[in-house]
Amino acid sequence: MNLHGDRQQVDPGNPMLRTGLRMISRILNAVGLPRLIVGGFVVALFVLGRIMDLPLQNLLTNSISRFGMNAVMVLAMVPAIQCGIGPNFGLPIGLLAGLIGMVSALELGFSGFQGLMLSMAMGAGLGALLGIGYGLFLNRVKGQEMMVGTYAGFAAVSLMCISWLMLPFKNPELIWVLGGKGLRMTISLSDSFGHVLDKLLSFKIGGLVIPTGLLGVVFALAAAYKLFEMTKLGMAMNLAGQNERFARAAGIDCDRMRVVGSGISTALGAIGIVVYAQSYGFIQLYTAPLLMAFPAVASVLIGGATPKEASVSNALIGTLLFQSLLATTVPVAQSVIGGDISEIVRLIVSNGMVLYALTRGRGGDAADG
Amino acid sequence: MQPMGKAPMPMDKDRECEVLGQGFKRGLKDSLKYDLGNALRNDLSNAMRNFLVQNIVPITFVIVCLLAVRWSGKPLAFLLQEVVFRLSRNSFLVLSLVVPVMAGLGLNFGLVIGAMAGQAGLIFVAAKQIPGILGLLTACLVALPLALGLGYMIGKIMNMAKGREMIAGMILGFFMNGVYQLVFLFGIGTVIPFSNKDMMLPSGIGLRNTVELVSVKWVLDELLMVRIGSVRVPLATLGLSAVLGALITWLYRTKLGQDIRAIGQDMRVSQVAGIQVDRTRIVAMMISTVLGAFGQIIFLQDIGTLNVYDSHGQIATFAIAAILVGGATVSRATVGQALLGTFLFHLLFIVSPYAGQNLLGSAQVGEYFRVFVAYGIIAVSLALHSMQQARAQAGLKR
Amino acid sequence: MCGYVLEMYGITKDYYGNRVLNDVILKVRPGEIHGIVGENGAGKSTLMNILFGMPVIYNTGGFQGKIRFCGVETAFASPRQALESGIGMVHQEFMLIPGFTVAENIKLNREPLKSTWLAKLAGGRMNRLDWPKIISDSKAALNTVGLGIDEMLPVAGLPVGYMQFVEIAREVDKQGVKLLVFDEPTALLTEAESEQLMSSVRKISDSGVAVIFISHRLDEVLRLCDKITVMRDGEVVASMGASDPGATIHRIAELMVGREVVRPSYPKRTTDPGDDDIILSIQDLMVDMPGEEVHGITLSVRRGEILGIGGLAGQGKIGISNGVMGVYPAQGRVIKDGTEIPLNNPAEAYRQKLAFLSEDRKNVGLILDRSVENNITVAATLVKSMFQKTLGIGRMGIRIRDKKSARKFSEEMIRDLDIRCTGPSQLVRRLSGGNQQKVCIARALALEPEILLVSEPTRGIDVGAKQRILDLLVNLNREKGMTIILTSSELAELRQVCDRIAVIYGGRLVDILSPDDSNARFGMAMSGRRAEASELTRRPTAS
Repeated sequence: MNLHGDRQQVDPGNPMLRTGLRMISRILNAVGLPRLIVGGFVVALFVLGRIMDLPLQNLLTNSISRFGMNAVMVLAMVPAIQCGIGPNFGLPIGLLAGLIGMVSALELGFSGFQGLMLSMAMGAGLGALLGIGYGLFLNRVKGQEMMVGTYAGFAAVSLMCISWLMLPFKNPELIWVLGGKGLRMTISLSDSFGHVLDKLLSFKIGGLVIPTGLLGVVFALAAAYKLFEMTKLGMAMNLAGQNERFARAAGIDCDRMRVVGSGISTALGAIGIVVYAQSYGFIQLYTAPLLMAFPAVASVLIGGATPKEASVSNALIGTLLFQSLLATTVPVAQSVIGGDISEIVRLIVSNGMVLYALTRGRGGDAADG
Repeated sequence: MQPMGKAPMPMDKDRECEVLGQGFKRGLKDSLKYDLGNALRNDLSNAMRNFLVQNIVPITFVIVCLLAVRWSGKPLAFLLQEVVFRLSRNSFLVLSLVVPVMAGLGLNFGLVIGAMAGQAGLIFVAAKQIPGILGLLTACLVALPLALGLGYMIGKIMNMAKGREMIAGMILGFFMNGVYQLVFLFGIGTVIPFSNKDMMLPSGIGLRNTVELVSVKWVLDELLMVRIGSVRVPLATLGLSAVLGALITWLYRTKLGQDIRAIGQDMRVSQVAGIQVDRTRIVAMMISTVLGAFGQIIFLQDIGTLNVYDSHGQIATFAIAAILVGGATVSRATVGQALLGTFLFHLLFIVSPYAGQNLLGSAQVGEYFRVFVAYGIIAVSLALHSMQQARAQAGLKR
Repeated sequence: MCGYVLEMYGITKDYYGNRVLNDVILKVRPGEIHGIVGENGAGKSTLMNILFGMPVIYNTGGFQGKIRFCGVETAFASPRQALESGIGMVHQEFMLIPGFTVAENIKLNREPLKSTWLAKLAGGRMNRLDWPKIISDSKAALNTVGLGIDEMLPVAGLPVGYMQFVEIAREVDKQGVKLLVFDEPTALLTEAESEQLMSSVRKISDSGVAVIFISHRLDEVLRLCDKITVMRDGEVVASMGASDPGATIHRIAELMVGREVVRPSYPKRTTDPGDDDIILSIQDLMVDMPGEEVHGITLSVRRGEILGIGGLAGQGKIGISNGVMGVYPAQGRVIKDGTEIPLNNPAEAYRQKLAFLSEDRKNVGLILDRSVENNITVAATLVKSMFQKTLGIGRMGIRIRDKKSARKFSEEMIRDLDIRCTGPSQLVRRLSGGNQQKVCIARALALEPEILLVSEPTRGIDVGAKQRILDLLVNLNREKGMTIILTSSELAELRQVCDRIAVIYGGRLVDILSPDDSNARFGMAMSGRRAEASELTRRPTAS
């Protein structure tokens, strides 16, 4: 942004400066402004943390585990963007599927690794079904997917709030202790499958904790999706999102591809919340999933995606940057300002990022003018 | 070519030519009159059906409300009193949504930003302990320049995000919420000098969450409180909304109003005709933001307590849900719909916990239900609008 | 009063080194109806763009020549300035706000106002609309154009024809209009509406306003206009009075098209394609392609021929290939070698060994932000599962992309078609128009088609590359025996390479001509008339 101003002041006779500026602008183009800004912030915070004598290992450990916790939910954005419905603001629908999967597994008495797997399987299955329905719905509101998706997600969450109160669950771990009706606000997983993945094969190097199981699941899912991208269906889906008219002329049923993408995205969302919950140690019900789509959308955009194009690496890089930013803000801000500023940083960065993507690249499908 | 998914033609080609010929001979007026008269005579039930279809949302809600009122088991007088108060404090906010809809900007999810400006005004008044009507006026005066500036910014951003104004407005609302918290949680006492220590957190930086608006509480409501039967009616507060409604209606008849309507229907044609589209859109957003600020001030003087970090949170959602319940859509909203919607939505709001308690033994269910209604009506309404747009576009291609 | 309302002298315009207008002279008197006719690309719209000072002219280096309006030398810097000086434009597409009444549309942004006290404080936009005056002005304007409708009706419900009149009424209502330009005003109208429009135009010109009338319908132009200017290839080839003895449809048509066609000596075939071996039979095809509707065409394609499809823009020639390939909704029957191809299903058309190069190269033909290799191979993978390999053990495998075979094929294509690029992984966006078109052809070849449908293959491609593309197509035809259906707006190009040329007008087939037929025959066919028939009876205008 500043480059433009600088360029005017630079003496045009100085070739060194000119090549230097050209290189900067090339780097800027290649890396992308959002990644550069957020990445710069993260580096600055780490440096600041070092100066403030904060334990660097803790910051790194924190960043890595937060990355693992959130990555799958961000990964869920990739199929949605690739198939053409754009960033999946309706992610809470998938999250609800995952939550239902988890409480069902607990109600059936499963725990440990088994419970986790069953939760994922049930969540993903239900998520895929819901996602297909959601995709069919989105096909009727083309051009307004983001807004409709957001409120469809909100409505689903508030409808599930009623259901959590009404559903006849029996497991005392799940329901209110004092005879209240319905499920608890937060359900502890410490006796079932809390931190199962985090602890699996985890090891320490010099104070740095590597949650191998957690990262393993994330990268396995990422690799599986990469493989899917190379199949005919994956290619067709990607094409449908990138250039609908080309795809249609090549004989692809674009509406079907959108349903496929929505199904995969919602299923990944369901798996994502299970991974998140086991890391967090608690299942959060009721209004907890309401706003969870926004940080996920912001992460993939920070990673360099646009509302029309995204890749697995966009999701992973974006999650790493965004979560590192949040992980480092808390202790650094605590020691500098003396207050918890992380919620504010989250609000400003994530929404600023989405806003940046919305106002850039005019002439979206719905834009007239 | 009928079966190919084209929009149905009003008449087939031959008939059209024939009518056209006649139309030119003796004016289309007569031929239309003839058709209209026939239609009326032949099929009065058709008109009835049209009315039902067009007003399906408010009609549904009237029925839902009536049922919920019955199930709640509350006396009518109690409900009436509650509704009157809620109507008086909310209708101004709901009315502030009308202008952007007219201008084609859709439902203003950025209304929270106006509300933040209003709260800033109230915080100022609370800090200075300015009492009475003077306090309210001061709050408005402080909020006005803030709201104008913020409205200008919203308008600019909306112009950069044409076609996605609503999502941009919503995200901008979240974003500004972060900025607002930054200002009042970390800015007060560090960058912004603040004298009233009682309102601040013990650390000396940032405001406490709760601010009692002692000096302006109920000032407007009590100004002209009239008792009708057993129901107390805050005439001054209601009167302000009425004045605003009249002003908006008057705006329709001005050149600005005409321009706003034109750009709301077709930006490109308006541009070609020489209307300054971008500027007019900004003006519409500024009007809405200022009204939002005033609306929030009116709302909070009735509540009497300001939750610095929460009070504005759901303002846009509930105002938008209310206007939609009244039968408005993303592209069409009237003063009447705003008022009817506020009435119905808040009636439902009052009775649903009681109805939930009586029907299902849980007031909580009723509370979640009304939130679901708010989100659900918005989702459905956005979806319907988008479907209509798609249909209109398919029609244009013809 | 002035001798001429408008005088344009020596108007010359280049677009990126291409001369699109050369020394054009146009003079229009007050009260005159001046027709301008010409093929697409003859320069009519560029001339009007210059007159209106459209930004597109100034963004591409301006123009040379002199314009005088009412005797004063001017060059309008913006359309707004032109409109304010008294030039009106009736658009081809309607510039109307559907939800507004007729009166509101006529007075759009020119509403008479009544002052209010608030306006004195907050500016003129707070003035109230003067409704009585809006209504009375609109009534008067509607009377002038002869449309007797209620000015308070919303525009949305009006028949299409009426909208055109509302638009004209708006131009008429403007104060001090001296010149009105009609750009293809009858294109969307029925015959009865056209008649009415012409009488309105006469009425307007009788009041002293000059009219420029641009149309493809030669008979209309002859009947309506006082003077006619014929343009071809950016030049005025003739200017005549309508009552001159030389002003006949036949002669004008000849002037419009007339240019020498050089047919390069392409290799002869051993047997010429004939009607006894039909590869594709199109029956009663109707296509709903906006702006290029097809209203029922029956056409037989001979095995091994190059069939040209010609006609003016908007007449439906482009719709045919798009309909056959299922890109736009269509109905009718398409039979290839005895098997009926289901319509509205592109995948099915590919399966029947048809391939398509779209006229919209940048949106439908290519994915600009993907590599050359990806563009060449992706369709073949999707349609025919080519360039894939199996990953896994035994039967438990999934089929995924095979980069190796895709790379090999695209390298072959780059070599065979001489695609100038840095390699298979270069983004298609960075290639020139001609090379992009070659990538499209390579993509089609990957599908191994028997029939290749090609739409506007040389549009937006510079002159040298045009010839190479055409030669390439002829080569495919001669060497591989591929049947080619070539749709193009450039008649010269069709006459150069095709065996037969079908001319489309109003969504229907007018005639199938030989490339060696006379200019006049082509000219008349393009304006909707079959040559022999036209001398005897008037063919009803298709609509």
